[in-house]
Amino acid sequence: MSNQMKESKKKNRNRRLENVIYEFKHNKQAMFAAIYLIVVILISIFVVFVPSLDPDAIDVVNKLQGPSAQHWFGTDNMGRDYFARVLYGGRISLVVGVLAMLTCIVFGVVVGTVSGYFGGIIDSILMRLVDVFQSIPWIIMVTVVGIIFKKGLFSIIFVIGLFSWMPIARLVRSEVLSSKEREYVQYAKFIGVNSFTVMLQHVLPSVFPTIITAATAAIANAIMTESSLSFLGLGIQQPMSSWGSLLQQAQQYLQMAPYMAILPGVLIILTVYSFNKLGDVLRVFVEPRVQAGEKDA
Amino acid sequence: MLKYIIKRIAQAIPLLILITVICFVLINMAPYDAVDAITTPDMSAAEIEARREAYGLNDPVYVQYLRWLNNILHGNFGYSLLSHTSIKYDLAIRIPNTIKLVLPSYATAYLLSIVLGLLAGSNKNKWADKIIDGLCSIGISMPTFWFSMILMYIFGFVLKILPIMGMHTVGDNSIGDFLLHFILPYVTLTVGFLPDLTRFVRGSTIGQFKEDYVTVQQAFGAKKVQILFHHVVRNVMIPLVTKLGMALPQLVTGAVITETVFSWPGIGNYFVKAVQGLDYPIVMAILVLSSTLVILGNLLSDILYCVVDPRIKSMQ
Repeated sequence: MSNQMKESKKKNRNRRLENVIYEFKHNKQAMFAAIYLIVVILISIFVVFVPSLDPDAIDVVNKLQGPSAQHWFGTDNMGRDYFARVLYGGRISLVVGVLAMLTCIVFGVVVGTVSGYFGGIIDSILMRLVDVFQSIPWIIMVTVVGIIFKKGLFSIIFVIGLFSWMPIARLVRSEVLSSKEREYVQYAKFIGVNSFTVMLQHVLPSVFPTIITAATAAIANAIMTESSLSFLGLGIQQPMSSWGSLLQQAQQYLQMAPYMAILPGVLIILTVYSFNKLGDVLRVFVEPRVQAGEKDA
Repeated sequence: MLKYIIKRIAQAIPLLILITVICFVLINMAPYDAVDAITTPDMSAAEIEARREAYGLNDPVYVQYLRWLNNILHGNFGYSLLSHTSIKYDLAIRIPNTIKLVLPSYATAYLLSIVLGLLAGSNKNKWADKIIDGLCSIGISMPTFWFSMILMYIFGFVLKILPIMGMHTVGDNSIGDFLLHFILPYVTLTVGFLPDLTRFVRGSTIGQFKEDYVTVQQAFGAKKVQILFHHVVRNVMIPLVTKLGMALPQLVTGAVITETVFSWPGIGNYFVKAVQGLDYPIVMAILVLSSTLVILGNLLSDILYCVVDPRIKSMQ
């Protein structure tokens, strides 16, 4: 009996993977998103090994030059190669995106799991907390907390993470609510396994696919939030620069050097679009019925 | 229904109180001394101490909280650290400016999203849907400040037909001048609000087309247009009504970035300047104001939902 169940589970799993692969192969946008993200991530990792691309080499004579063979995307107000600056800016944007995503996933999963698993008064308190956090417009909250903390890369990551975990907590909580009723969880509780182990080993694995889907959307949101904050001058500070802070500088030179505004903006759009698309495709894995065109329950 | 509404209001009140407590804690965590707002640099230490006593800054924290809450309820938000002007007075000038910008933009986006969403949802996977949905995906990924920079460049610098800063040319208060300044931020905001709303309408239209009543109508040979306008539209509009309530806080915080880019003299611009100048009382006043509006907006949206769809209260 158990063997049979295992086999059917395995088959089921393969079917889900097949669905995802099918989706990637037949959905041009998804294919594009995947390839684009791989390329951007590889470039961000390996750009440091290209010595000719130095984002900080100042050349005041050639400042605010338009695109040319030597500087593919021109130079900025201090004569720095803009192409190199954009590539290095992408590193910061992606690092903020990924680390802020991890922060908010950790908060969201902990609160959601504890809330859903224990229920009762703990659940009520935590869910009211979620309500309160969600009642404050993000842009206001992030800036308020941002001015209390010292400015810097890690405070931005922390602040973004701290104020975007609420939807994930709700999602995880509802998954945990159904997962804790499963027989294997009930059994584990019955034989006296402690709550922490049950949550970690029996409840969380079944929530995992949902978390992955939420994570891709969280990266996209974090990159958007970071770019808005940096654009308002409240995010990444000089000498570091992200796509958002590059755009902030570009605004000052908009009339003279419009090309400075194009590239970071297009890259933000493509990156956020791709992470969102990836999330859509991964939903096929989590909720196979989406692909079959059935209504979400 | 009245019972449900009262119950819902009763739920919102503790949340409001909790929010004000959090705001107050944040204000006290902020690295500034409240006495700075009411003193001038040439006062002696004894004078400052006397002021501190007079304004009750030496009282226990809960007394200060209650007094602060009382002030807020009377619309008294305190004074700016930098300009020493009354925040209440500043807000009274700036809120109408923001509303003048956000309200028309949201209304346009709302109406447009109904048209586009119905069009896309009723033609699922056909070319109209693909274009609209594709544009929405891109729109959601596009930072509004980037879009506004592109508009500024094209219409302000290349074509030179539209002004890119402020709400009026100095000394010119005519409607025409206002409209010229209004166009670019208005378009930016409309484009900013549109994708999310359109997706929402599209999603619920697709959902409605799967309902049994549509199948029944199709079985009776009703045309698609008839089904769409006689039956589907009504059901799509119901959840859309709730979006109206949730949009209430947008009247204050909906245009923070757009206002900053276009130097529009509204709340968003005021807020960002206050944050950059570390003018804490202003920041906190807007924090309280906007979070209160969110709770009121959610309350309003639940009540609206209950009014348009009486089934809701039976689910409670």
